[in-house]
Amino acid sequence: MSNTHIDLNKRHSEKPEFSPERMAQVKELMNRLPEGKHKSALIRILHMAEEDFGGWLSIETMDYVAEILNIQPIEVYEVATFYTMFNLDPVGKYVFEVCRTGPCMLVGSDQIIEYIENKLDIKVGQTTSDGMFTLKTAECLGACGYAPMLQCGKKYHEHLTKERVDEIINTYRSGQVPN
Amino acid sequence: MGRKLLLEYDHVPGIETFDVYRKNGGYRSVEKALKSMSPEQIVEEVQKSGLRGRGGAGFPTGMKWSFLAKPEGVPRYLLCNADESEPGTFKDRYLMERIPHLLIEGMIVSSFALGAKLSFIYIRGEYMWILDILEKAIDEAYANGFLGKNILGSGFDLDLRVMPGGGAYICGEETALIESLEGKRGNPRMKPPFPAVKGLWGCPTVVNNVESIAAVVPIVNDGGDEYAKIGLGKSTGTKLISAGGNLVRPGVYEIEMGITVEEFIYGDDYCRGIANNKKLKACVPGGSSVPILPAHLVTKTATGEDRLMTYESLADGGFASGSMLGSGGFIAFDEDQCIVRNTWNFARFYSHESCGQCSPCREGTGWMEKVLHRLEIGQGTMRDIDLLADINKKIEGNTICPLGDAAAWPVAAAIRHFREEFEWHVTHPEEAQMRNFGLLKNVIVA
Ligand SMILES: Cc1cc2nc3c(=O)[nH]c(=O)nc-3n(C[C@H](O)[C@H](O)[C@H](O)COP(=O)(O)O)c2cc1C
Ligand code: SF4
Ligand code: FES
Repeated sequence: MSNTHIDLNKRHSEKPEFSPERMAQVKELMNRLPEGKHKSALIRILHMAEEDFGGWLSIETMDYVAEILNIQPIEVYEVATFYTMFNLDPVGKYVFEVCRTGPCMLVGSDQIIEYIENKLDIKVGQTTSDGMFTLKTAECLGACGYAPMLQCGKKYHEHLTKERVDEIINTYRSGQVPN
Repeated sequence: MGRKLLLEYDHVPGIETFDVYRKNGGYRSVEKALKSMSPEQIVEEVQKSGLRGRGGAGFPTGMKWSFLAKPEGVPRYLLCNADESEPGTFKDRYLMERIPHLLIEGMIVSSFALGAKLSFIYIRGEYMWILDILEKAIDEAYANGFLGKNILGSGFDLDLRVMPGGGAYICGEETALIESLEGKRGNPRMKPPFPAVKGLWGCPTVVNNVESIAAVVPIVNDGGDEYAKIGLGKSTGTKLISAGGNLVRPGVYEIEMGITVEEFIYGDDYCRGIANNKKLKACVPGGSSVPILPAHLVTKTATGEDRLMTYESLADGGFASGSMLGSGGFIAFDEDQCIVRNTWNFARFYSHESCGQCSPCREGTGWMEKVLHRLEIGQGTMRDIDLLADINKKIEGNTICPLGDAAAWPVAAAIRHFREEFEWHVTHPEEAQMRNFGLLKNVIVA
């Protein structure tokens, strides 16, 4: 259970609004569900909102999503606070989620986490001062055989070593996505 | 190397596309089922096959299907459970990533068998890139007339959607999955009513694991009897095993059920032994929720027989000296691994993932995590070890869903088989910390 609460002071400077293309996608999603069951699209739409509005969900973003789905804002807050993937605080441009669960630990995830902390000079849960990276830990991400690993956005980086971590960080810093 | 029913073509270049998949015999089962079989006949074949649910519980799939209520005028739903979050398990991912059309083919045939006209694949939110792969494959299936209206002119209509979760292990539990799919928090429901009677949106629903649904394809193609010839006893067919931890060659393997555990760990076709020339210390054979086995009980049962990769053999000896096949998440520990640390790590996982609606689970998993952490960092007492057993008893059987039990049993098993190691942490607090590779300062509690 993620014991997250919503900090009402954290806001976006502008009102969030989906681009017309995104809005079309959202409507399509809702239309593909049976009549009156469009609330089922909530989690998917929250993922989209997070992607579009800076990697996290502010109160305004959640209220906006509630409006689109025509449901009560509390129905969105409930969901956003339950699922650990949703960030309720601002995050860096790239969020590293390093798996810390057993199978990854057996092959050195603790050391990788420590290495990234030192390298970026932040602790788990923090963001670098230039706003580039946030470091988080995650529970088993379904990559145990390719461990240690970290997830950044849609991308899984597997078979991590210290050298590989260096490479990944440098590539993201240069504005590219490492493969 | 044994027979492969699911992963036979996983290395064919382009197999993720409709054309290549079709050229390699894909979608034959849909043609056969829709053109020459009745839904009841398919259920019958699945029953004959002896297929048991591959999501962890091992419940016979054909029997589950036969329980589905069929009230007039009420839609029925088939939900594919692709939440795959049990630590150690990554087989469904492999299948969906490599051969997405196999799952789609299985969904079509299974939906036809159950009379579902709208089916869902619920996939864990972290697998978002696989969601993209699946949606692409689904579009291809629509374009080729295997999804949508009047499939292959049979009069059968089916729509298939993929829906992501948001990072919550509990949504793999079938009723939590249903809640989540309805756009709510993933709190498991009280049973009864069972999903077969009241599931998604209050309608009769079947929830099946990715691998179970994929297995329906060879069952329909070759017949249930043919499928049942593979394997041993009530463990029929092939099983995907995802192997991780300290192995030379971790990864996903399709095995014929009945090979020995020894062959699986050490054989050339499989994991090729323990990495770095080390020795095996322990093994969790079926995902983090199943009991850990010490090395001497991994390859042999307590009575000295070869331990086999089957539901029955892995469970041989019950909780005293056996474990479970579970989800097929096979985790090997080498001689240097600390069982206390791993037990704490898993306890932290369950505490983190408890949905919080039953107090024995919410509080109990939190307490277990705290006490194990204390022991792990050398600040525990002998009484703490007994305290753990006590917390265990308070959780077991007192919760809405099995997550509470899944959290408690592995702790009990670890203490049962490695009590000395727990005691050693109490009597040698400083060395216990050394064994953490000097990482005590790095212990992440949050
Ligand atoms: C806490 C918990 C987590 C579960 N996670 C999964 C999962 O990730 N995938 C899965 O297929 N089944 C999972 N299950 C089992 C499902 O509840 C259900 O039994 C299964 O999806 C049924 O499919 P099957 O009969 O094909 O195995 C989980 C059960 C529990 C209690
Ligand atoms: S046992 Fe735990 S996870 Fe399951 S319903 Fe109760 S609190 Fe939630
Ligand atoms: S334990 Fe890290 S991906 Fe499974």
